[in-house]
Amino acid sequence: MSEDKTKKVDISSKKTVIEIINMHKWYGDFHVLNNINLDVKKSERIVVCGPSGSGKSTLIRCVNRLEEHQKGKIIVDGIELTKDLKNIEKVRSEVGMVFQHFNLFPHLTIVENLTIGPIWVRKTPKKEAEEIAMHYLEKVQIAEQAAKFPGQLSGGQQQRVAIARSLCMKPNIMLFDEATSALDPEMVKEVLDVMIDLATGGMTMIVVTHEMGFAKSVAHRVLFMDEGAIVEENEPNEFFDNPQNDRTKLFLSQILH
Amino acid sequence: METNIEIVKPPITNVGVIGWIRENLFSSPLNTVLTIIIASILWFSVIPFLQWALIDSYWLPDSNCKETNGACWSIITSNYKVILFGFYPQNILWRPITAIIMLVSLLIISRNRNWWNAYLGYSWLAGLIIMGVLLKGGILGLEAVDIEKWGGIILTLLLSVFGLTAAYPLGILLALGRQSEMPVIKTFCVFYIELIRGVPLISLLFMSSVVFPLFLPEGMSINAILRAQVAIIMFTAAYIAEVVRGGLQGMNKGQFEAADSLGLNYTQTMRLIILPQALKIVIPPSVSILISAFKDTSLVVIIGLYDLLKTTQSTLSDPKWMGFSAEAYIFIALIYFICCFFMSNYSRKLEKELDTGL
Ligand SMILES: Nc1ncnc2c1ncn2[C@@H]1O[C@H](COP(=O)(O)OP(=O)(O)OP(=O)(O)O)[C@@H](O)[C@H]1O
Ligand SMILES: [Mg+2]
Repeated sequence: MSEDKTKKVDISSKKTVIEIINMHKWYGDFHVLNNINLDVKKSERIVVCGPSGSGKSTLIRCVNRLEEHQKGKIIVDGIELTKDLKNIEKVRSEVGMVFQHFNLFPHLTIVENLTIGPIWVRKTPKKEAEEIAMHYLEKVQIAEQAAKFPGQLSGGQQQRVAIARSLCMKPNIMLFDEATSALDPEMVKEVLDVMIDLATGGMTMIVVTHEMGFAKSVAHRVLFMDEGAIVEENEPNEFFDNPQNDRTKLFLSQILH
Repeated sequence: METNIEIVKPPITNVGVIGWIRENLFSSPLNTVLTIIIASILWFSVIPFLQWALIDSYWLPDSNCKETNGACWSIITSNYKVILFGFYPQNILWRPITAIIMLVSLLIISRNRNWWNAYLGYSWLAGLIIMGVLLKGGILGLEAVDIEKWGGIILTLLLSVFGLTAAYPLGILLALGRQSEMPVIKTFCVFYIELIRGVPLISLLFMSSVVFPLFLPEGMSINAILRAQVAIIMFTAAYIAEVVRGGLQGMNKGQFEAADSLGLNYTQTMRLIILPQALKIVIPPSVSILISAFKDTSLVVIIGLYDLLKTTQSTLSDPKWMGFSAEAYIFIALIYFICCFFMSNYSRKLEKELDTGL
């Protein structure tokens, strides 16, 4: 991709779409997330990195409430996520999520995987939902596979289908949890290209990844997490060239050799 | 382009019957020994059986079979009306026969999943109403037949078709309830499943016929067939529930998460994503349960209902036919076998159709 395409537009004036304030989460006695504070503006791209077990997945899963937090506040699109929130489905349908292991529905064809959300959650007529599905399949360049089942596709193709499936819900926010780490190296690029394309289109994204090239060129901010806390956050060039925290330095030296 | 391609055929080995036999039956000393053993078992059992069942047998109704060594199928040809239809009035047997033909046709049509649509649903509904009217009568100038008189294969099919179709969804609900996060529902389902699985069907049938009426208000009675029906449904549902639960537990957590993150609610997630996959995994054990439930309907003899087994027994109690129980039991075994074969065959077909390569 060319440098100017992903040129990071200034987002400081945009409105906040995700607000996390003094948020904590425990698994039993285990303090997984420790006092998280995070503001995400519209069209902002955030990359989260950190060692295994540091709580990256847990953090983004709290944003669409696949996990509950126990203290503090999470506000998504102006709706605070609480226990008594009646229609959590509404929030979830506005927040797309892409998983490490794709999690496509193996008993449904590709196009059915894409239409099931619009048809049942958005009540879109089937015909129209199929048109939307084909549109996004073309966007991720696998329209010709529409009638196949997920088991018949390669990993990279499956992950692109999974991204398209989320996009069919027309989400305001997309979460990526290590979307490329289960893929063979030659397939990583095709998925990253789709993600870069999305970023160019102005999607708000929180991306957990160890693809530092992606972070450098796409992210507005990089967060480094360790032991459940955000230890360091910075604009990518500064983050990589001039890390402040010792743990960040150690982590970067390990993954960049 | 097409000039230089040489067509390479697979190497020819062991063609013909001899080749096949050598390859498959006598390929090694062990295989040869096994082949000989099995062939001789077949020789010494099948041949005499065929001799008895076909060559030396009597078929005509009311023939006197006392002298022969062969099978006396006359017991069937003379009594098939009673065996198949119990005490249903013999002059109007066209009515149950039509009903059974309708039922079997509907079942055969329903085998093809491409035909599963609203019309098939309506046909079932209409079909069931017509079958009911045909059997029961009392309207449209049809002579009324008391439900107590329904017997033989009518009763067996009634108990099993309704028993199985009601038990399956009920079992699914129980399995979902057992997985539920609501403690009251969960406890109830666990209690129910464990209680039912802890008692034999016979005792449930006894309870339905002896204990259950005690709890009914004075003067109210519920038909014995219906009570047995309820017992069979309750019993089968508990087993189905456990099998389905196994399927649910085998589901990948990622499937729930993907469905959740799309915004599907609990009912939609279960109906569209989880159950289709979980039920597919458990087709073989579910069918085993349905098959054994079908055969277990014959236990209703112990509460005095005249199903296929009981009508056969009552025929055998006629002094004229005493001593020909082998023939009679082989006949009903054949009927049961055909039905069970139909079920297991269908399950294999379904498994193949639902295979999506993952
Ligand atoms: N359901 C759970 N119950 C208990 N502990 C959990 C649960 N899920 C995660 N954990 C723990 O919480 C911690 C954070 O997990 P998380 O998956 O968020 O880490 P991560 O940063 O995404 O790691 P990775 O890079 O390996 O994916 C880990 O120590 C993990 O063992
Ligand atoms: Mg993770």
